[in-house]
Amino acid sequence: MTDVAQSSSGAYALPRRRSKLEKLIQNVSFWRGVTAVIVFLCVWEVGSRMDEWLGEAWTVPFVGLIPPPTDVAVAWLEVLPKAGYWNSWYESFRRVLSGFLVAMALGIPFGLLLAVNKYFRDLFFPPFEILRPIPPLAWVPASLIFWPTNEMSIAFVTFLGAFFTIVINVLGGARSIDVRYLRAAQSMGASQWHLFSRIVLPATLPSIFTGAAVGMGITWEVVLAAEMISGGGTQGGGGLGFFIWNSYMGGSLTQIVVGMISIGIAGFLSSSAIRALGDWFMPWKRMF
Amino acid sequence: MNVSAPFSEAGTPHKKPEQALKGAISIRNVTKIYDPEGVNVMAVDNASMEIAGGEVCMIVGPSGCGKTTLLNAIAGFHSITSGEIRLDGELLCGPGKPKAKQGADRMVVFQHGALFPWKTLAENVAYGPIVQGALSKSLAMEKARHMLADAGLGDVGNKYPGEVSSGMARRAEIVRALINDPKVLLLDEPYRAMDALTKSIMHESLLETYDRTKVTIFFITHDLEEAIFLGDKVHIVTTRPCQLKKTVNVDIPRPRSYAVQSSEQFRVLMEEVNEAVHEEAIKAFEAGERELA
Repeated sequence: MTDVAQSSSGAYALPRRRSKLEKLIQNVSFWRGVTAVIVFLCVWEVGSRMDEWLGEAWTVPFVGLIPPPTDVAVAWLEVLPKAGYWNSWYESFRRVLSGFLVAMALGIPFGLLLAVNKYFRDLFFPPFEILRPIPPLAWVPASLIFWPTNEMSIAFVTFLGAFFTIVINVLGGARSIDVRYLRAAQSMGASQWHLFSRIVLPATLPSIFTGAAVGMGITWEVVLAAEMISGGGTQGGGGLGFFIWNSYMGGSLTQIVVGMISIGIAGFLSSSAIRALGDWFMPWKRMF
Repeated sequence: MNVSAPFSEAGTPHKKPEQALKGAISIRNVTKIYDPEGVNVMAVDNASMEIAGGEVCMIVGPSGCGKTTLLNAIAGFHSITSGEIRLDGELLCGPGKPKAKQGADRMVVFQHGALFPWKTLAENVAYGPIVQGALSKSLAMEKARHMLADAGLGDVGNKYPGEVSSGMARRAEIVRALINDPKVLLLDEPYRAMDALTKSIMHESLLETYDRTKVTIFFITHDLEEAIFLGDKVHIVTTRPCQLKKTVNVDIPRPRSYAVQSSEQFRVLMEEVNEAVHEEAIKAFEAGERELA
């Protein structure tokens, strides 16, 4: 589908199609970004090592206390082959994904129902709006009491984090569909089901993906915090949150930074995945 | 083209009377009062007009005068307060039935276009027959491609509306309407905000389509040249509440070419329409209607 060259008419003189890698290499913004990251790492390295090179008096506030990137890299190389580190990734990803998927599975239909059915909206929107402002983390103590295992309370809180965001986005998206689309479809004889499946649903897709992207971010926050709070142990432990917490308890500053960067990468991978999924589901949006 | 052909006598329709074409609309004493927050706003006041089947009927009037209200009533998007509207003698809306049922016999082309952005042009065109169950998906798509090709859009059937120009999109939208074989095409300023060159191409394309299908066209516009160039009749309506002020018969023979716009007859018609519209424009302006597009 992305193959623009397939346009059969010769009317459009298209330039030679470049590969993705080629485009990236020729892109000025890309190189600016690379330069910025390198400069950032250099500043960090220098700031962090000032006291080593020039004596205690030259300690840079804040940055001087953080281990330099080279040390972090070394610590990272040390944990890379360890199963425990990868298990943390796996545990966190599993929690994020399950909470997120359940939130999507319940949140999308719930949001759509709120949007299309006035009675449903009158009944369920007010309690929803009262619960929505409660931050997910405020649910932690209560859910620890409600749910029999730590794991279940983490899952529940994770789900909540994404659920409210997804619902409010779906509701907003479905309520703001241009009335012309609905009128046009109805004039052409669309049944209620067609109106929903062929008009309301695709028109709401962009909002669904916005909600998913924001919800995914919140899910990571909640999972990490919940992992730190639950504090490992035999059940409900592990994960990148616990990895950081454990490094803190063990006094390993470099490993804390390794954990933090790992979370950054994990979040980046998650949002990239959602973006790719959005592109795939919404081919008409690709060209914008 | 054949611009110098003798014009028919005044009052004689240039179409042969024996051609009883479908899609006659009769609007009788229609009044529409909006009631937002208890403040009655009369949009249409006792408006009546007869539109013959296969006629191109242009509605011209100041902004916000209630033209679109009339169109919405015919299409079945809004109710009317009193009066009645009939299509080929059948009651669309009237006493006891304030709102017409929406149907594929009256297709609307909207002011800013309403192609579904998530469907390709061909999928958009095929939508009507598919949801009506008139054609299978593959047959509907095939027909859609044929009709797009007839309208000169064969190359872009696989493109999304966001990928083509506004002119192409509007042409595709008219094709999407025509595939449903409507009796009436309702157009609400479809070529607004288009540049003059694109507009002239749109006009020729619409005229060509009309000559082929002879579908009744109810066309709202602000553009007086457009109104005369396209229309059989130009109905000038008053500022709110909307009433029929004057009807100008355009006896320019069809098929019409763009050249008629520089003819003497065209100029005379233009003057006639302009005078009536200008009066209303002043009234509208004095009534606080600042915008006259």
